[in-house]
Amino acid sequence: MTNEKNSPAIQLNDIHLTLTSEAGEVNILRGLDLTIDRGETVGLVGPSGSGKTSLLMIVAGLERPTSGRATIAGQDITDLNEDKLALFRREHTGIVFQNFHLVPTMTALENVALPLEFAGIERAFDLARDQLAAVGLDHRTQHYPGQLSGGEQQRVALARAFVAEPTLLLADEPTGNLDGATGDHVMELLFDLHARLNTTLLLITHAPALAERCDRTLCMTDGHLISDSKRDA
Amino acid sequence: MHDLRLAWRIARREMRTGLKGFRVFLTCLALGVAAIAAVGSLSEAVTAGLMADARFLLGGDVSVRSQQRPIEGEPLNYLIQNADKISTVLEMKAMAQTKTTRALVELKGVDQIYPLVGKVEMEPAGNLQDRLAQKDGVWGAIVESGLLPKLDLDLGDQVRVGQATFEIRAVLTKEPDRVASIVNFGPRFMVSTKALPETKLVQLGSQIRYYKRLQLAPNEDPLVFIETLKKEFPQTGWRLNGPDNAAPGLQRFVRRLSLFLTFAGLTALLVGGIGVLGAVRSYLETKTSTIATLKCVGAPGGLVFMAYLLQILVLSVLGICIGLLFGAALPYIGIELVRDHLPVAPLVGLYPLALLKAAIFGLLVSATFALWPLAQARETPAANLFRTNVMPVTIWPRLIYTIFVFLGVLALGALVVFWAEEKNFAYGFVIFSILTVILLRLGALAIMSLAKHAPRPKNAIIRLVLANLHRPGTATPGVVLALGVGLSVLVAVALIQGNIVRQVQETIPDKAPAFFFIDIQSNQAEAFDKALTSIEGTGELMRRPSLRGRIVKINGVDVDKAFVKPGVRWAINGDRALSYAAKPSEGTEFTAGKWWAEDYAGPPLISFDARVADGFGVGVGDTLTLNVMGRDIKATIASLRKIDWRTLKFDFAIIFAPGTLESAPHTHIAAIKANVEAEPEIERTVASLWPNISAIRVKDALEAASRIIAGIGAAVTGTASVTVLAGIIVLAGTIAAARAQRVYDSVVFKVLGATRRQIMGAFLLEFGLLGLFTGLVGGLIGTLISWAVIKHIMAMTWVFLPLEVFITIAAAILFTTLAGFFGTWRALGEKAATHLRNE
Repeated sequence: MTNEKNSPAIQLNDIHLTLTSEAGEVNILRGLDLTIDRGETVGLVGPSGSGKTSLLMIVAGLERPTSGRATIAGQDITDLNEDKLALFRREHTGIVFQNFHLVPTMTALENVALPLEFAGIERAFDLARDQLAAVGLDHRTQHYPGQLSGGEQQRVALARAFVAEPTLLLADEPTGNLDGATGDHVMELLFDLHARLNTTLLLITHAPALAERCDRTLCMTDGHLISDSKRDA
Repeated sequence: MHDLRLAWRIARREMRTGLKGFRVFLTCLALGVAAIAAVGSLSEAVTAGLMADARFLLGGDVSVRSQQRPIEGEPLNYLIQNADKISTVLEMKAMAQTKTTRALVELKGVDQIYPLVGKVEMEPAGNLQDRLAQKDGVWGAIVESGLLPKLDLDLGDQVRVGQATFEIRAVLTKEPDRVASIVNFGPRFMVSTKALPETKLVQLGSQIRYYKRLQLAPNEDPLVFIETLKKEFPQTGWRLNGPDNAAPGLQRFVRRLSLFLTFAGLTALLVGGIGVLGAVRSYLETKTSTIATLKCVGAPGGLVFMAYLLQILVLSVLGICIGLLFGAALPYIGIELVRDHLPVAPLVGLYPLALLKAAIFGLLVSATFALWPLAQARETPAANLFRTNVMPVTIWPRLIYTIFVFLGVLALGALVVFWAEEKNFAYGFVIFSILTVILLRLGALAIMSLAKHAPRPKNAIIRLVLANLHRPGTATPGVVLALGVGLSVLVAVALIQGNIVRQVQETIPDKAPAFFFIDIQSNQAEAFDKALTSIEGTGELMRRPSLRGRIVKINGVDVDKAFVKPGVRWAINGDRALSYAAKPSEGTEFTAGKWWAEDYAGPPLISFDARVADGFGVGVGDTLTLNVMGRDIKATIASLRKIDWRTLKFDFAIIFAPGTLESAPHTHIAAIKANVEAEPEIERTVASLWPNISAIRVKDALEAASRIIAGIGAAVTGTASVTVLAGIIVLAGTIAAARAQRVYDSVVFKVLGATRRQIMGAFLLEFGLLGLFTGLVGGLIGTLISWAVIKHIMAMTWVFLPLEVFITIAAAILFTTLAGFFGTWRALGEKAATHLRNE
């Protein structure tokens, strides 16, 4: 734990992932090594089925690698059990999905407050309200997801991802379901929040322009990282 | 505590969508709980009615009864000294006859202070003693109305009973101490005790019940008084009844009937449990994304589980409350419908214990059945938000939850047994339930395998139908289980009832005698035999001496201290019929020891029922002490016999060797076979030569038995129908849950050019086939249950009755097809374009 602050945000060593389906075994990740430093923004690109989402799930502790080790924020999460992984996510990660994945029976405020409630933070709702204000939705706190537009829902999701001030933000095509202008607005917010909190950002995207805004761009094909390019300073 | 509060907060938020998706859950639970609560409340109401009427039924504070000989001597003196008032009543069977006709009656002699409690009502109204008094040398009688047409009599006509003549002076409309008997052999014939000597029927050893009804001092506790009597006169052999057991036979009957009805209610609740399981599973399937999201933002699995468990518990409490409300209200309505058929006026009211039991069963069923899908939901991978196609479909809950489900089932079974007064029935119910569920599950697997391996038809619609019967997530197992349980029960009840009625109405009469005769005096016996056998069309006369005695000790140990298995306790409860014989009956099957020599003249020996001996834990060489006419006789068991009580053959659990009982006052009983033509001649001969001998027509008794079986069958079928109703609701729920799939199928078919008719045809064919298979499986299991019960528990001949099974299968097809039709009709109306755009 002492080296937690100085260690890389993400360190993956020889990660393999094989899943079983009715059709047989599928090799999704094939010996992947990756190091991402704290505060870096990394764009992850590649064709569908190349293993981007699986990589993100391993980093989020949502998937256990078949072999290899994953050390996130200085903590080896490879062998953690499900509840410890939930705690790990609560403390270290925020996730933004293409489909928003808000809880439909909860208001925007309750959705954002959830990670803080799980962490037992007393001021959960005050902090959630602040975070909603930060994404420009302070007037929508009592609305349910069904009463919000797609862009607003994704902003709520952003607020939820950032509210616990995670060290790592994982985003899976966050603008994939939004129109161009709304998507741009959401991305502005995402990068603003990253800049303000110095969060490490791993972003899956199909949009080259978006990837280019990141410090690094990784390209995946068939379960391998085939390129790793840094943006010119 | 923090987690619990948080779980409750999440649960509350999740419940904001209201009860949508929980209608089947609530209905299933409410229905099962209502059935159990209603049966329990009704049973309590009848029992409370019995308790409330106890003084009337007892005819006083305490009733003392002895058989065959009156209460006299020291015990009588004690009663006289310690009771405020004593009324004497005698009851026996007797033949009432006019010059041309005769009928068996329940003769009742009452003294001048009868009744101590309540009032005898008659038509025309009048004073009882006045009506029964001797006028112009003729005694009066009041009779139940049924006797008048039977003997073609009017008020004022005369009728002979025994050697005495009575004038019918009124029709009895209410007898305060009459306990509705399960089997009545004849109408009441009430006379004065003073008239009885003239009948010459009251003889020592005759089958007479002598009663002393006691009115105690106002501050005296009847139960304490009874205890004192038991202590003071332990060997008297009387039966003492107080307010707690005013009508023990009736109480036992009510208890047993309500036990069977409770089983039927429990079955409905178990089917409801399947509905609960389906509803919770469907609901949680819609929550997969929410659960995965909660996990993604840091909720541990345990918190997710608790949040949804709390929701289910809240809904369970709601369903149970609705069930209790209906269950408590139903007896108020139901009682009015059956009031005339009930033996006592029930005290309808709120019976908290009955409701509490129903609530506990409801909660246990709900929790046990909901636990599995809840535990599965706990394991929902958060990665589901990203990907479902390569994840395994079936999630196995953790071992701890599997153990909890097992414990829930165990607790249910244990409670059923714990709360049942007759444990053997409860064990049987639990075992049959488990076997039925296993068989239904196997049946469902067989149907799915059949559909999967059937040759692939060319017709696409039929291919779809077959695929729907076995595809992953098919409704087949749920429907077969839910509807199959109810159908199995209905078939089993119908076949058991049908077989018993058939046995009673068709088979037994072929083998059974035409008449039983009681109270044949020893000096009449030989002439009786001669007269009856000389009537043309008679045969197989069998006559045995009969007297009554009570087992008081087993191997020298008092019966109340000796170990006696519950199944044979009847043998020590009160008097048993005894006989003596030099030779064994033809066909007697000995399991141990041997019969005595014909000229045996030694210490008392007995031949004993092998099954009762096993229940007592005794064998050849052991001793039983019997109290016969107030005298204790210690007898050694010489042999054990196998007795089948279900045949109408004469037999006695205890038969003495010659030399012990001959000197005791006793009578004989006899049976004779006869063809229909000979029956009137037999009745005439016996009535004219020996008015003291009562002839019981076996046909009448069997008809009475058939009526009772039909009544019990109707009650059980009625309650079992609730099970089928629960099954139909589960079926409707299953269809509703798969509605999205149906809509999708029909949209795709429409796009490909199928007409609405073709699509509906496919859906109906699918549900019709499901109904057919479920009916066949349910019919098969019900048939197996009925076979096991009839053949192995009741040891009767089992016959397959195809009509009952056919009706059940037809009903199953009808139910499923109708439910399928109404459930999918709206799916057909959906516009394809809307769904395609959404796609």
